[in-house]
Amino acid sequence: MPSAQEPQPNEAEGQSARASARRRLGKFDLSSQGPILGLILLAIVGTALNSDFASLANWMNVLTRTSFIGIIAVGMTFVIISGGIDLSVGSMVALIAGSIILVMNSLATHIDAPVLVVIVGMVVSLMMGAAFGTMHGLLITKGRIEPFIVTLGTLGTFRAVLTWLADGGAITLDFGLSQTYGPVYYGTLLGIPIPVWVFLGVAVIGTVLLRRTAFGRYVQAIGSNEQVARYAAVDVDRVKILTYAFLGLCVGIATLLYVPRLGSASPTTGLLWELEAIAAVIVGGTSFKGGSGRVTGTVIGAILLSVIGNILNLTSIISVHLNAAVQGIVIISVAFLQRRRP
Amino acid sequence: MSVLASLTRRSALALALGTSALIALPGISAAQEKVNLGVSIPAATHSFTAGIVWWANEAKKDLEAAHPDDLKITVKTSSGAPEQANQLQDLVTVTGINTLVIFPFESAALTQPVAQAKNKGVYVTVVDRGLTDPSAQDAYMAGDNTAFGKIPAEYFAKKYDGKANIVALRGIPTTLDNERWEAFTSVIDEHPDMKILDAQYGNWNRDDAFKVMQDFLTRFKDIDLVWAADDDMAIGVLQAIRQAGREGDIKEVFGGAGAKGMVKTIMDDDNPLIKADVSYSPKFIYEAIKRTAEARLKGEALPETTILPSELIDKSNAEDFYFPDSPF
Repeated sequence: MPSAQEPQPNEAEGQSARASARRRLGKFDLSSQGPILGLILLAIVGTALNSDFASLANWMNVLTRTSFIGIIAVGMTFVIISGGIDLSVGSMVALIAGSIILVMNSLATHIDAPVLVVIVGMVVSLMMGAAFGTMHGLLITKGRIEPFIVTLGTLGTFRAVLTWLADGGAITLDFGLSQTYGPVYYGTLLGIPIPVWVFLGVAVIGTVLLRRTAFGRYVQAIGSNEQVARYAAVDVDRVKILTYAFLGLCVGIATLLYVPRLGSASPTTGLLWELEAIAAVIVGGTSFKGGSGRVTGTVIGAILLSVIGNILNLTSIISVHLNAAVQGIVIISVAFLQRRRP
Repeated sequence: MSVLASLTRRSALALALGTSALIALPGISAAQEKVNLGVSIPAATHSFTAGIVWWANEAKKDLEAAHPDDLKITVKTSSGAPEQANQLQDLVTVTGINTLVIFPFESAALTQPVAQAKNKGVYVTVVDRGLTDPSAQDAYMAGDNTAFGKIPAEYFAKKYDGKANIVALRGIPTTLDNERWEAFTSVIDEHPDMKILDAQYGNWNRDDAFKVMQDFLTRFKDIDLVWAADDDMAIGVLQAIRQAGREGDIKEVFGGAGAKGMVKTIMDDDNPLIKADVSYSPKFIYEAIKRTAEARLKGEALPETTILPSELIDKSNAEDFYFPDSPF
């Protein structure tokens, strides 16, 4: 192993401990199994409260609605492991969604090929996401501004521009186009909704990137100790820009799946998604301080957060006023289950 | 998480509006104008508030044209209670208003700032959300939230002979939502064969409503009626019903507020699930500005409380509620 990947002593211990725990599957490691344990517990509770919870249709609903936050959270995992943060993803979804609807609507008046128009819209979504992400990366590395500040700034800017484009109301996809675009959200492949397949694909790519590539190792090294990584000749700026660009691309993917759901974008689109994505990453066991984390944990974290809401909707044991409290308590409990020793 | 959430949302909104507030510095006005009216309203961050902003500007246009010499109207939007309080100070000290029409963000937080404006001799009309101390205002004008809940319940009871299984979506937990909810349930409770299966918060948001409705459809095999309680939420509800293929067994979805898209659907008889709506038009800000300005021009006072009625919208009268140019 090159010295660039030498983490700090504490992190090294933690990582090797987890690695050995993974090797010896017989031995149970509570700290890394927290999210999955929490999810299993929730599934048992959910099934006990309402037998429909365990139905395939319900799981497909939950997984499909998780896919947006989940895909964004996979990208967010890289940014947080590298020691950064992105608060703007929810606003970015809103702005990209509004923009591609406007693009598709205006194209549709010139081109009489709905499939082509929709494909153009999807490509624009990916390009806008990657471009916004790259812009964040450049401002953070070359502009030397804290990620928190850069993305707090764009959080406001993106949503304001969308609100302005929409005149405060909603931007709605042309009816004919939404018929063509609909299957991207509502369609299924082998009985599993398209967004779930895409979520799975992004999660696999994320896992491979993080675990099996030099880029993934650099991301962890930078989050562990940026100075050491720099001395070890890692191109820190380039790697950081790439993490934000990858997150932006993930936002673009999530948006192109989201648009056909309601066929509209409004100033409330994607509200607070940034917090849901960050929560999924942290609940999934990634250190908020950076340096280490797991994509699979993030995926489970995202599903877990959706499942809480789903169970609360499927039952009515407690006052609806307390829903947010239940969510908060479960999040803290799972974080407690997967905490690491200092 | 929700505290952090609201903080982040507020900072987002503050950022979004900070810039526009800077650009729109109030102009220094001549003091000889007879009625210098300031309008303070929430910024257009939701289609309903977008309607409020649009109608306020319509009122400014119409009224200033009708009274070119003795009326000046300044419209200010804000993205939160603290910002609104600051703007209020600017309106009084810099713009020099002598009349105020305000749609307060929060009742408690704005009571003191409004009281201070009134103490300086400004005539105050409060719209929609009341202040915690009514002595801080001269007049109060609001949409009818009781009717907003009552009308759909009565409509359901009459149309379905007091017999139906209902699921309901609520807005954001606020006193306004409670008022509507209590009005709705009090009517339903009079009919023993009408049952509310469950109600969950959809936060006046399409996406949240979509998820809540998906889960209702999983949980209840026998739903007759949905009280979506808002036109935005009704859009999410309709999508969830379509996805689940339950258009056949659900008889009707009732939104609320009379958004133009819904009114158009009712007018054109486009969707068998959408047959009626209840008005709660952002146009009431237009009414409030108009009535206040006209009373002040005559030197009269407004009645202490004016409730602008909410009405049932169906195919017979939908045209009267259709405003295609409004963003709402």
